[in-house]
Amino acid sequence: MAELLNVRGLETQFRTREGLVHAVNGVDFSLKEGETLGIVGESGCGKSVTVMSMLRLIPSPPGKVVAGQAFYQGKDLLKMSDEEIRHIRGSQISMIFQDPMTSFNPVLTIGRQVAEPLEIHQGMNRKQAYERVTEMLELVGIPKAKDRLGDYPHQFSGGMRQRVMIAMSLVCNPSILIADEPTTALDVTIQAQIIELAKELRDKLGMAMIWITHDLGVIAGLADRMAVMYGGLIIETAPVKSLYATPSHPYTLGLINSLPRLDMDQYHRLESIDGLPPILMEKPVSCPFAPRCTFVRERCLQENPPLLESAPDHYTACWVDPATGRDRS
Amino acid sequence: MKTENAEILLRVENLVKYFPIKRGIIIQKTVGAVHAVDGVSFNIHKGETLGLVGESGCGKSTTGRTILQLYRPTSGHVFYNDVDLTSIKGEDLRVMRRKMQMIFQDPYASLNPRMTVGEIIGEPLVIHKLADRKQTQERVEHLLELVGLNAKFYNRFPHEFSGGQRQRIGVARALALNPDLIVCDEPISALDVSIQAQVVNLLEDLQKEFNLTYLFIAHDLSMVRHISDRVAVMYLGVIMELTGRTELYNNPLHPYSQALLSAVPIPDPVVEEKRRRTILKGDVPSPVNPPSGCRFRTRCPIAVDICAQSKPEFREINPGHFVACHLV
Repeated sequence: MAELLNVRGLETQFRTREGLVHAVNGVDFSLKEGETLGIVGESGCGKSVTVMSMLRLIPSPPGKVVAGQAFYQGKDLLKMSDEEIRHIRGSQISMIFQDPMTSFNPVLTIGRQVAEPLEIHQGMNRKQAYERVTEMLELVGIPKAKDRLGDYPHQFSGGMRQRVMIAMSLVCNPSILIADEPTTALDVTIQAQIIELAKELRDKLGMAMIWITHDLGVIAGLADRMAVMYGGLIIETAPVKSLYATPSHPYTLGLINSLPRLDMDQYHRLESIDGLPPILMEKPVSCPFAPRCTFVRERCLQENPPLLESAPDHYTACWVDPATGRDRS
Repeated sequence: MKTENAEILLRVENLVKYFPIKRGIIIQKTVGAVHAVDGVSFNIHKGETLGLVGESGCGKSTTGRTILQLYRPTSGHVFYNDVDLTSIKGEDLRVMRRKMQMIFQDPYASLNPRMTVGEIIGEPLVIHKLADRKQTQERVEHLLELVGLNAKFYNRFPHEFSGGQRQRIGVARALALNPDLIVCDEPISALDVSIQAQVVNLLEDLQKEFNLTYLFIAHDLSMVRHISDRVAVMYLGVIMELTGRTELYNNPLHPYSQALLSAVPIPDPVVEEKRRRTILKGDVPSPVNPPSGCRFRTRCPIAVDICAQSKPEFREINPGHFVACHLV
């Protein structure tokens, strides 16, 4: 399938009172048409900043994208004029956010807000736009959609609000939908509803998705491919099945082993990863995971491993193979 | 299960907690009530972990707080070693509180930013006048080491620590008085995945070492299954099902438990591919006007007429397996 998006060497920094924070330190990934990419990592690993940088949504100052390219349909999103990127954002690439309460404007009706992209990008008038909005709200499962156009965000429950958010992001038929932890604030039964809806719409509308989460369970049932981030870098990327079956980076392995599983009858003590995630006050020159890694050796402290193919289509940034404990050649 | 015949430490009987809703600026009138906990009964055996799961707003935290008398119940009883906590107050209650402590959800909000770690962990000893200054310091340093922190952190402030470390401070504070029962109110849900396992392992180690009894409140069903001996599933202020952890996960009888379990994603794409989900429709109704009869009937996939008419009894179906459903 054709490649839709190709990000190379993305680096983003934030100027803070404590000094320069190196949030993203050279991220490469690509997204094919219709593909779902999961980006997984803990808080502060740079997963949100990566996609925000790509869409030029990083507030500047304090943030700055200092290097990299993000090609969408042959054009570099990072080099576009503000006018050009505005045509892409919300129309061809759209985004849904974690907290459905704070990402709506509380004083505008849902109808107005969901219709806005149509009026801006497709030049529809209010009446046409509202018709399309009603259709879209019905598609995401809002009962009596037509009567609810005049309601305000606070009149919807958390799950319903996230549905409205999905409707808003899809009204212009984007080719890429980016979801930044869309179910983290929701209860597990509502999360299941939203994930089911996202899958259904993806298959119906044929868009590609980037799904950001810290939940390895959500990604397992949703994504085709996933990328694990740590310290502002992608440290492992592979098709989901290959990644869960043979995690090849000690961090990924540690994460998977630290999770209790609902379908495990036997009691296992959880394997914890000692120590804390790095504070990125300087750009990592050695492996960022080395201080917490049980396989660590001399080389890890001197050289940051690049992403190398450890199995077919399975890329890992580690000098050691955690399955055998031996150095990778 | 380690506790089938063990002695009962805590007995909760028909616990009810309503929060009044008041209207009016000068003359306040009570116009309704949030039915946060509505008739909950269970036992906790000495040395066991009882998991309490449910979605947000189902009353699980209120249950925990009402047991400790942080909220006074509207009705019902809580017996701790046969002492009815709901009938005592003042100094008598304070003495009982030494044996029951709590670990809070948010490690950022539950530690006073103006107090040092030493003051925070030592405060229970000061309040209960159990140790002089020197003894307190010794005890605090011992506790810090017990929870995996450096005793030199004594004079530091909470902001110098990460979320996981702060939660360890919260655990040390709960242990200061050598309690028997600790109510853990979502102690890991604010932490990152790799740190959650550290705190859970710590709680397990401490339980073994001091024969602690936990009421573990959480919404993460996988983690509750991991840490608990028995699990109670709550929905809108009522316990729907209570049984041993393996029994609940292998043979859930209540339709809500079944749906809840099927909604939990499993971190394995091969398993996920084959799973069939029961997806519940709609949202949790408001606890101000909970549905008549069975609380779950508005979302229940198998509800029938009787579910709207009478409240199902919480009854023992198999030994140790309690369910509140007309159709089981």
